[in-house]
Amino acid sequence: MMLAALASSLEGLFADDGLRPRQKVAAIIFSVTLLVVVVELVRRRKLREEYSVLWIVTAIGLLLLAWQYRLLTVFQQLFGIVEPQFALFFGALLFLVLIALQFSVRLSKLTYRNKFLTQRVALLHQEIEELRSRIEPDSASDPREEEP
Amino acid sequence: MSGPTVILIPACNEAERIGPVLDGIREHAPGAVTVVVDDGSRDGTAWVARERGAVVLSHPFNLGYGAALQTGYHYARRRGADRLVQLDADGQHDPASIPDLLAALDAGADLVLGSRFLRPEDTPRTSMLRRSASRMFAWIVTWWTHVEVTDPTSGFQALGSRALELLVLDMFPDDYPDADMLITAARAGLKLDEVPARMHERVGGVSMHRGSRAAYYMFKMLLNLALLPVRRPSPFRGGRAVAAERATQRGQTARAG
Repeated sequence: MMLAALASSLEGLFADDGLRPRQKVAAIIFSVTLLVVVVELVRRRKLREEYSVLWIVTAIGLLLLAWQYRLLTVFQQLFGIVEPQFALFFGALLFLVLIALQFSVRLSKLTYRNKFLTQRVALLHQEIEELRSRIEPDSASDPREEEP
Repeated sequence: MSGPTVILIPACNEAERIGPVLDGIREHAPGAVTVVVDDGSRDGTAWVARERGAVVLSHPFNLGYGAALQTGYHYARRRGADRLVQLDADGQHDPASIPDLLAALDAGADLVLGSRFLRPEDTPRTSMLRRSASRMFAWIVTWWTHVEVTDPTSGFQALGSRALELLVLDMFPDDYPDADMLITAARAGLKLDEVPARMHERVGGVSMHRGSRAAYYMFKMLLNLALLPVRRPSPFRGGRAVAAERATQRGQTARAG
């Protein structure tokens, strides 16, 4: 009984689908795993919330596309894609491009800040050395010796 | 001229070549404050510079030629300098030309280029490729700024206080500030000038412009030139941080006085 019910509901899941069952199951498992991993990383504070947004949207988007064939058809028609499998890939790719772009922008910003801070450290270090050598003239040291 | 004159030398692994340059500066610009920005050297460049009485600003790691220059600009501004001459640590730029650059600054220019192409005897041997690239940028700068420029890629420059104020903003590139910066400076209303300067061929060491880096450099320059008319300041706005700090310093001076 149980098995029959499960089988019929599974049949419903795969009814008039352009994706093969295996493809569909794989895509759903993949997107659910991704979602769980991203949420877990946020929970452990290993991933900042701001970066999790695009990842979660990607995982949910992929899940919906794999699960709801009608959505995938709309997506297919939007981009003129013939193969539903490719539509799935294309959807994932689209999000990955966005994520990569977001990272590049972040990196650029961090590079600016890193430069600014490094310059500031160099200036402050010199100022400290100068002040120190005024107080105790023999203590001026080579900053390179103090590197960790 | 109220503040000190700063002679700025960005240096990375130039311990073997920077000594004579510093000696030359002492000879030709005796009253100036010499600043060496050690851009992550691993060969004791900082030590050599300090031994010869230079102020040394050390980056803990390599940030790039442009970033090293900018550290020096920040320093000059903190010291209240209104004249700065920058030259390379490898001995390419002859310190004997420093007074000429300063003279042009005093004559009213904000940014003075030392050109190796104005006098035939200054011109060292360079490759055809580098020369034609240099020519092209010279033409672009001249066309854009209406100032006759022959050597826009020259790192031998003198800057007045107005130029320093512009160049500490974060649009200043980390690697090589060149034609695009000159045009930006001219567009900001700075007065450019060019004087003949003596240059030598590099003795040893490696040139900054080589191989794929040269190709990237060309690409970056063309991209920057193309974007120049429509560019915005960067989202980081280091300039704002600089302005805020300046205001704080003014406040402190006011309280102290």
